Amino acid sequence: MPVQLLDWEALEEFFTALKRRGFTLIGPQLQDGAIVYDQLEKPEDLPLGWQDVQDKGSYRLHQRDDEAAFGYVVGPHSWKRFLHPPSLRLWRAKRSESGFDLQEEALKDPKYAFIGVRACELSAIEIQNKVFLGGSYTDPHYRARRQGAFIVAVNCTQAGGNCFCASMGTGPKVETGFDLALTEVLAPSRHYFTVEVGSEQGAELLKEIPHQEASQQEIATAQQLVATAAGQMGRELDNSGLKEILYASYDHPRWDEIAERCLSCGNCTMVCPTCFCTTVEDVTDLSGQEAERLRHWDSCFSIDFSYIHGGSVRASGKARYRQWLTHKLASWIDQFGSSGCVGCGRCITWCPVGIDITAEATAIRNSQAVTGVKTKGTRHVQADH
Amino acid sequence: MARLTNSPRFALDPMLPQRFVVERLWRETADTFTVKLEPVDKTADFAFAPGQFNMLYVFGVGEIPISISGDPADNTALLHTTRAVGTVTKAMSRLKPGDMLGLRGPFGSNWPVLEAGGHDIVLVTGGIGLAPLRPALYAILAQREKYGKVVLLYGARTPEDILYKKELARWRAHFDLEVHVTVDRATESWRGNVGVATTLIRRAPFDPQDAVAMICGPEVMMRFTTQELLRRGVDSSRIFVSLERNMKCAIGFCGHCQFGPQFVCKDGPVFALKRVEKLLNTWEV
Repeated sequence: MPVQLLDWEALEEFFTALKRRGFTLIGPQLQDGAIVYDQLEKPEDLPLGWQDVQDKGSYRLHQRDDEAAFGYVVGPHSWKRFLHPPSLRLWRAKRSESGFDLQEEALKDPKYAFIGVRACELSAIEIQNKVFLGGSYTDPHYRARRQGAFIVAVNCTQAGGNCFCASMGTGPKVETGFDLALTEVLAPSRHYFTVEVGSEQGAELLKEIPHQEASQQEIATAQQLVATAAGQMGRELDNSGLKEILYASYDHPRWDEIAERCLSCGNCTMVCPTCFCTTVEDVTDLSGQEAERLRHWDSCFSIDFSYIHGGSVRASGKARYRQWLTHKLASWIDQFGSSGCVGCGRCITWCPVGIDITAEATAIRNSQAVTGVKTKGTRHVQADH
Repeated sequence: MARLTNSPRFALDPMLPQRFVVERLWRETADTFTVKLEPVDKTADFAFAPGQFNMLYVFGVGEIPISISGDPADNTALLHTTRAVGTVTKAMSRLKPGDMLGLRGPFGSNWPVLEAGGHDIVLVTGGIGLAPLRPALYAILAQREKYGKVVLLYGARTPEDILYKKELARWRAHFDLEVHVTVDRATESWRGNVGVATTLIRRAPFDPQDAVAMICGPEVMMRFTTQELLRRGVDSSRIFVSLERNMKCAIGFCGHCQFGPQFVCKDGPVFALKRVEKLLNTWEV
């Protein structure tokens, strides 16, 4: 289907059409000084005219000199909080004559329509699909939420200070995995979106709202904006041979240096759109008659994470940072076939001490010769599935 | 290695336990016990391969991974031996016949019992590590003629901590099974070996060029044991270890059990040493 065009004024009807189909709209909005993802009612709820400025350990909002609805990059939230919720009850148990009865948790399909999913975030969803749906076991809760979701992607027309999706091959242009993909254009007298259709469902929905085919000129303008973003990346990461380098660097002195700065707070894992680790909590009511099992997001930075009788396996901060970075950029590739990093830069922005994953990976790469670590000859530590 | 994952009992939610009832629970040593379970749903089968584990849930207390320690050929007895050391195992040790438990499993990889046919077998174990190895030994003894020499080297802290004592004595009486036991600290009446299990390897009667070794014990013990076996000339592709890590889900979702690129719950717990050798000798992985 050729690229279509949607005027800003038609966005309200677009939202209405989604709601009519039973979708709950989730999208960006201004809350407590940040742009977060929450339930949307109308286009005016979008963070019109706001832009985020990001640096290491820094996130500030600034007023733009236009009314762009998607003029920011990414905030502290990611879509994982809706597909893989921070807390979820897995099941309940009730004491009975013979012991206890188990009650399965009903699967919820909240029918989310995600408005404003960036290219890096689509990649993150793709990565979590592999984690939760790609193995011999699948997570029924994730599946129900993912299958029901309608995805409205938005191309980035500018990159942020901590962005490096171009290095990770995940953006800034969205390629697949969406129902509709918008590119926002603010011409002097006109505010419009070019629209790419990515699914049957997307095409059906578009039929219900006023739109037209985009002209070559309009398409070219939108493409130019996305190309500009690609050239604005605030950071970069050289992925060539990085897995082998990191596998050979378990004893690298850089981990000690990072550990002196890292607070082990786990912010990076909470804001990361691909981090999937969880813990479980068993609770009972006061009478001890009813019990339930809850699942919560967890972080490999917590000391309890690796606890087995006798103590935590990763007792030191440096072992925990090494685990996180090595998992993200190296072992993830062996586990799920791609890097676990999509280059969104959240972990850099929301790190209270501004630790930069790209800088740390580069430092380890560049100091290999000094520490005598070789890139080759590490094949025996790779998984041979 | 054969895997028994994707069992039909997980058609719905792999996190939902099945209900089992304690048939019997008995003390093995001062701090270890064995619990024998039977399913509430009598049609449920609990076929498993030696080395696999289950997630056991005590109502309102929590769920933990415990290896299966019974005979894989006996589908009337589902046994788990563990040490009462944490909140869940302590609560479990107080269960009575008829009490209910939740169970998910079996999970994970298994000892290469079939693949090791035709070879000498060396089982090296320390402490409670004998429990996950016992199913392998049962399977090997059931088809004893298929193997060369079979040697069990077992180290316990003290003579009182020796697990499965009666069974060890019975095995020891076999003319085609070598059983060597050692203790870290002897008591006055002990007349056996003193020292760690690794010291038994040097003298153990097996052909290093041919033997398949299976090791289960504390990580530090496994580290030294593998070194000793390698020194005797056993190839690292024929040495197998069973690793232990924190686990919350056992199905590769919670992330807790990662060991480099491996998930201990689904890629392990039994690994060929070749695959984990470097990480096993790296600190805090």
